[in-house]
Amino acid sequence: MENEVVISFEDFGFKYTAQAEPTLYHIDLKIHRGEKILIAGPSGCGKSTLAHCINGLVPNSYPGKATGKLTVGGKDALKLDLFGLSKMVGTVLQDSDGQFIGLTVAEDIAFALENDCIPTVEMHAAVERIAELVDIKRVLKHAPHEISGGQKQRVSLGGVMVNDLDVLLFDEPLANLDPATGKQAIVLIDEIQKRTGCAVIIIEHRVEDVLYRPVDRMVVMGDGRILYDGDPDSVLCGGLLQESGIREPLYVTALKYAGVELTPDMRPSYLPELKLDQAQKEKVKAWFETQPAPKKAAQTPVLLRVENLDFTYETGHHALHDISALIHKGEMLSIVGTNGAGKSTFSKVVCGFEKAQRGVLELDGTDLNTLSIKERADHIGYVMQNPNQMISKTQIFDEVALGLRNRGVSEEEIRSRVEETLKICGLYPFRNWPVSALSYGQKKRVTIASILVLRPEMILLDEPTAGQDLKHYTEIMDFLSELNRQGVTVVLITHDMHLMLEYTPRAIVFNAGTVIDDKPAAEVLNTPQIVEAAHLKETSLYHLSQACGIDSPEEFTRRFIARDREVRKA
Amino acid sequence: MINLFNYIDRPSVIHKLTGATKLVCMLLWCLAAMTSFYTPLLIGLSVAGLLLFKLSKIKFSDIWFMLAATIAFMVLNNVMIYLFSPEHGTTIYGTRTILFKIAGPYTVTAEQLFYHLNVILKYAASIPVILLFICTTNPSEFAASLNRIGVSYRISYAVALALRYIPDIQREYRDISLAQQARGTEMSKKASLIDRLKAVSTILVPLVLSSVERIETISNAMELRGFGKGKKRSWYSARKFSGMDIVFIVISAVLMVISLLLTYRNGGRYFNPFI
Repeated sequence: MENEVVISFEDFGFKYTAQAEPTLYHIDLKIHRGEKILIAGPSGCGKSTLAHCINGLVPNSYPGKATGKLTVGGKDALKLDLFGLSKMVGTVLQDSDGQFIGLTVAEDIAFALENDCIPTVEMHAAVERIAELVDIKRVLKHAPHEISGGQKQRVSLGGVMVNDLDVLLFDEPLANLDPATGKQAIVLIDEIQKRTGCAVIIIEHRVEDVLYRPVDRMVVMGDGRILYDGDPDSVLCGGLLQESGIREPLYVTALKYAGVELTPDMRPSYLPELKLDQAQKEKVKAWFETQPAPKKAAQTPVLLRVENLDFTYETGHHALHDISALIHKGEMLSIVGTNGAGKSTFSKVVCGFEKAQRGVLELDGTDLNTLSIKERADHIGYVMQNPNQMISKTQIFDEVALGLRNRGVSEEEIRSRVEETLKICGLYPFRNWPVSALSYGQKKRVTIASILVLRPEMILLDEPTAGQDLKHYTEIMDFLSELNRQGVTVVLITHDMHLMLEYTPRAIVFNAGTVIDDKPAAEVLNTPQIVEAAHLKETSLYHLSQACGIDSPEEFTRRFIARDREVRKA
Repeated sequence: MINLFNYIDRPSVIHKLTGATKLVCMLLWCLAAMTSFYTPLLIGLSVAGLLLFKLSKIKFSDIWFMLAATIAFMVLNNVMIYLFSPEHGTTIYGTRTILFKIAGPYTVTAEQLFYHLNVILKYAASIPVILLFICTTNPSEFAASLNRIGVSYRISYAVALALRYIPDIQREYRDISLAQQARGTEMSKKASLIDRLKAVSTILVPLVLSSVERIETISNAMELRGFGKGKKRSWYSARKFSGMDIVFIVISAVLMVISLLLTYRNGGRYFNPFI
């Protein structure tokens, strides 16, 4: 039974009704019972469509035309309805908030059972059993907003596990989780798979994070085709991932830079089992020593001074305790920490959306507390995470001009300032386009442009790259560093450890409403207490440098990052 | 934030009733209060409603906002009645006892005042039970109870979900509004009404777009887990009827019958102290 095929694509193709070109071409893929597969690919490569074909959202909710053959559990999937498929395939969607249906944890787990008309008494027993399996029993009566992101994901998993499944499908399970919770999610998926024996398909572009636990097979997709289907070790030895716009594990890239020839039997897909001989370790060490040390930025005058800031919400929630920090002119820095650590509240207080009860908030010597929200916005711009929450005009030009029009600037000056900003943001060619024609990344730029046009000294961005693949991530971040070079101070609120290391020399770490650390990003990740308290994750480069006997892992990381940026820019 | 349509969990007899019982009782009670103009019955219902409130352990401070809103509406309702029909009481009760004159057609008569008293009593008789139903019914049980009294489960669930998303959407509205204010959209009383309406539209566009995204996710998640498959579904939060449930339903039914009898007995539906 081990080799029984549960999902089989044969020369499968698919075209959405609303689109001119097919999204999937000639897909041949077999998935066996009990297998664990990682499907990786950049945004728009068709990996989500592939997942939708397996769980039936295609063609039931998103109509289109399929060619070739697709069977799930031996049955023609295109002829099955969603409900038939949901008995075999359980899907955990990427948005753990959005997919929470029930009003409490227990009801959410019971949702599929309710739809099956299972009597209430039996249902209570089943929910207990599943809650035990995904370890969520303590919070059964809690509402969704009372539990953490990691717990929500356990609930989603529990909610699909009530059916006796053949396949568990995870659509970007790591997208909304902080690094430490993401790690736990991968461990949980691994345990569940071992216990239930169902096939697990993980769709993710964050390859390194998924490989925290071994996978049996890796599929790489690009432009609607399967580019690779085989063991994960071989694909990491080649350059396919980088070429397809997927970030390969950092330790793999570092080994390649050091000139170490990777072979599948070194087991590069699973760091704890990675085999390096003495000569290879020496090679890494030698590379480290020859890399030039990146220059440290010179200290500039203080732009924003925060001292003993205290803030309590009306509800009595004491969100910020005695926060002190300095932000210098022209700096680019990260604010990191778990959900609920106070990062967002801090940015709201800085922008004037909330008023602190106590403390100093000074910008260039001016007391911010004397300025209104609108006046502060002339100095500090705030970019929300979801661009759709900011855009309110249909034309790009009007959207960017909105802030200036509200300030009564003359039409003539508006035109010149908007055009100048659009040029900086690379949006000038699209100035007469409707916003709806833009991609997510471009919309993000529009929102940044609409803030920049007010010429603030500092911009604050909430999770600027959430859910973006390597290409869009690089695009957005390079754009922000370019702005930074032109003198704008950039503050990023982020979960992404790599972003923090790669683009921001300094990091401020929040935990439970206090600042627990404020130092160079690479050093933050080398302080185990901080990493644990703030739910961060040390990068694999530390393990690699330790394995190679390099005694300064921060410096190794720093030099690697500097080299990596050069390579990717070329 | 202000408590709107919120379940308040307290141990009480009222909380222990099933959602379906409370829904049926509330509907019967309100119907009784709406149909009748028999003043002693309305007074009785109002007093009984307040007693139920006492039983439920819901405090005045928990619901002040909803209460204030309904009182404001009641006042408005009375003012409108008087403005448009200042002689309504005299036509109903058949006599005209002038107390004093204001101006033009507006005269204050004892009959009109008595009529207004009845309107106020109708509010007093029905508002407490409606608030009671809202505050003591677990929202998930609310869907189950709607379904129990015959509403399709798709509609029941949609209503429950909509209620649940109210706080989320309030929060999102606030976030979007703040970001817009930062860009200079004036939302305060400084701006004219037209400007404020325009400002609200700049918030509504993003709010609607992000709500559409939210709806797509939730409807996919629901379908993927078999929602809408069968004609019926069961409910995790459903509870069995107890003796107390039957007692409450019977009492409400009796009140309803009394109200109907009083309405259709000889002499018309109005209690008339003027003859």
